[in-house]
Amino acid sequence: MIPAETIERLRNRFGEAITSAVTDGLHPHAAVRAEKWHDCAKVLRDELGFNFLRCISALDLGEGKLAMVYDLVAIGAILNHTLPDGRVSDLSQCKCEFAVRVEVDRANPHVPSVADVWPAADWHEREAYDMMGIVFDGHPDTVVDADGTHPRRILCPDDWAGYPLRKDYEYPKEYHGIPCMVETGSSINQNDRI
Amino acid sequence: MNDVTFQSKPDLLFDSDDGGDLRTEELLVNMGPQHPSTHGVLRIVLRTDGEMVLQVIPHIGYLHRCAEKIGENLQPYQYIPITDRLDYLSAMNNNHVFSLAVEKLAVIAVPERASFIRVIMAELNRIASHLVAWGCYGLDLGAFTPFLYGFREREMILDLFEMVCGARLTYSYITPGGVAYDLPDGWVDRCREFLDYFEPKINDYNELLSYNYIFIKRTAGVGVISAQDAIGYGLTGTCLRACGVKWDLRKCIPYDIYERFQFEVPIGLPPGSTFPVPSGQPTAKVPRDVVVGDSWTRYMLRVIEMYWSVAIIRQVLDQLPGGETKGKVPRNLKLPAGEVYLEGENPRGQLGFFVIGNGTAIPARVKVRGPCFCNLSILPLVCRRVLIADIPAIVGSIDVVMGEVDR
Repeated sequence: MIPAETIERLRNRFGEAITSAVTDGLHPHAAVRAEKWHDCAKVLRDELGFNFLRCISALDLGEGKLAMVYDLVAIGAILNHTLPDGRVSDLSQCKCEFAVRVEVDRANPHVPSVADVWPAADWHEREAYDMMGIVFDGHPDTVVDADGTHPRRILCPDDWAGYPLRKDYEYPKEYHGIPCMVETGSSINQNDRI
Repeated sequence: MNDVTFQSKPDLLFDSDDGGDLRTEELLVNMGPQHPSTHGVLRIVLRTDGEMVLQVIPHIGYLHRCAEKIGENLQPYQYIPITDRLDYLSAMNNNHVFSLAVEKLAVIAVPERASFIRVIMAELNRIASHLVAWGCYGLDLGAFTPFLYGFREREMILDLFEMVCGARLTYSYITPGGVAYDLPDGWVDRCREFLDYFEPKINDYNELLSYNYIFIKRTAGVGVISAQDAIGYGLTGTCLRACGVKWDLRKCIPYDIYERFQFEVPIGLPPGSTFPVPSGQPTAKVPRDVVVGDSWTRYMLRVIEMYWSVAIIRQVLDQLPGGETKGKVPRNLKLPAGEVYLEGENPRGQLGFFVIGNGTAIPARVKVRGPCFCNLSILPLVCRRVLIADIPAIVGSIDVVMGEVDR
């Protein structure tokens, strides 16, 4: 299935919720409204065969916008891997790549979790919260603290402050008494360097 | 506690008030982050009941070095050394995939000879990486000798790498536009010598470890993953293929020049069948207790892949053209506005780079999709109701490199 066909089927199904689409170029994708994303994900997996979630990238677009990019691939809609005679279905002929983009406001960065659609999303979404501060509603592994209900952090310690991959992130001066070196930028006097 | 079923006298164990010595208690055991069989700094919390593991909770991030943030501050050719340090056992492959992503975004042509050299390096590094995986897996399960044998042969590959770029672990050899240096005189002959020496050694590996009775007992049927789960959790590489899914990017979405070479992709097979091996090599049969998607299959596919990497390198060496090894890349390469997501088949699975350009020399965003990160995420699902002794067998068979999990 070529990207244009996927986009057309999504448009027929979700209409206005598909806000924009890129059908050619290096990275064909469709932009979906956050509130419809979970339904859209189910359609992508069950009806269009995108059963493999390759990557979730969280982006800071600036101007008060964050975005999630979901890279998908279809690796064979039907799995007959346990044929009794030992044959294995050759899935290598089916290769369709597609991506979905979900943009949210930085002030209220809520995106529905798709960990129930693709279990791979579990850790990717934890990373997106950890690094970019995007909150996934309905995530299976959440904690409640001063920042509200959000996925558990995965790479940074649980008590880390801030979201390091945001463009306006300020490097901490210290962490539990451990001084943090800032090696780039003008914040350090050259004479202080070792 | 009740979700574990024992076959004998469940009332006596759990329900009577005076269980006495037979009463079991749950215990949280910390494995790692400095445990030898966690392959680096992986910490796993095991919820155990006696010898039975009820649940595992992996904790990662001990080696987090902000590789993605660094990508937003460096030009692509400056970022190449950072990619070395993602999966430090397959640095050539990391360089390769990142270079391909940048070349696709900035539309850079690569000379023919450079593409051929890249494939040689990627496949040599695949062998080197699988040798470490092979040796360490033996070590995890109590066999010390494979580790020494594996490192003996890996040393020769590192010598070959040292000849071309001077480095033995972090090569930074493959760069956007080509490779850093041409092959030195005599390198092709040295490489052929190595292949002739190495190919029979793979048979030794099989005799030494793969078909060892104890080894099969420890790994066959342990940590079975279904194809459905493997695809759902985003497993790639040998972990996915062991489940019977024939999915190798070198074949399915060919990148660089892989479609020009003939090779087979081994996948998990039921007992009695034979893995595809190059002609002239002894057949590799699947032993009786093995289940598709278990630890033995994941391990064995790495051994079989070494045969095919040797076969690919032989073909590349035979067809190696002359000419330039560096394309024309400006010193301050401006990345055009746009985005690209590209994946390549690393020894451990699909490494992906999502690069966004904004018209300047520094990318607006570099996202790394580490194969080990996704492969490791299935651990809580697999390690349910297994013995504690099976945990190293399962973690080792997934073959994680924490540098890439934590980035």
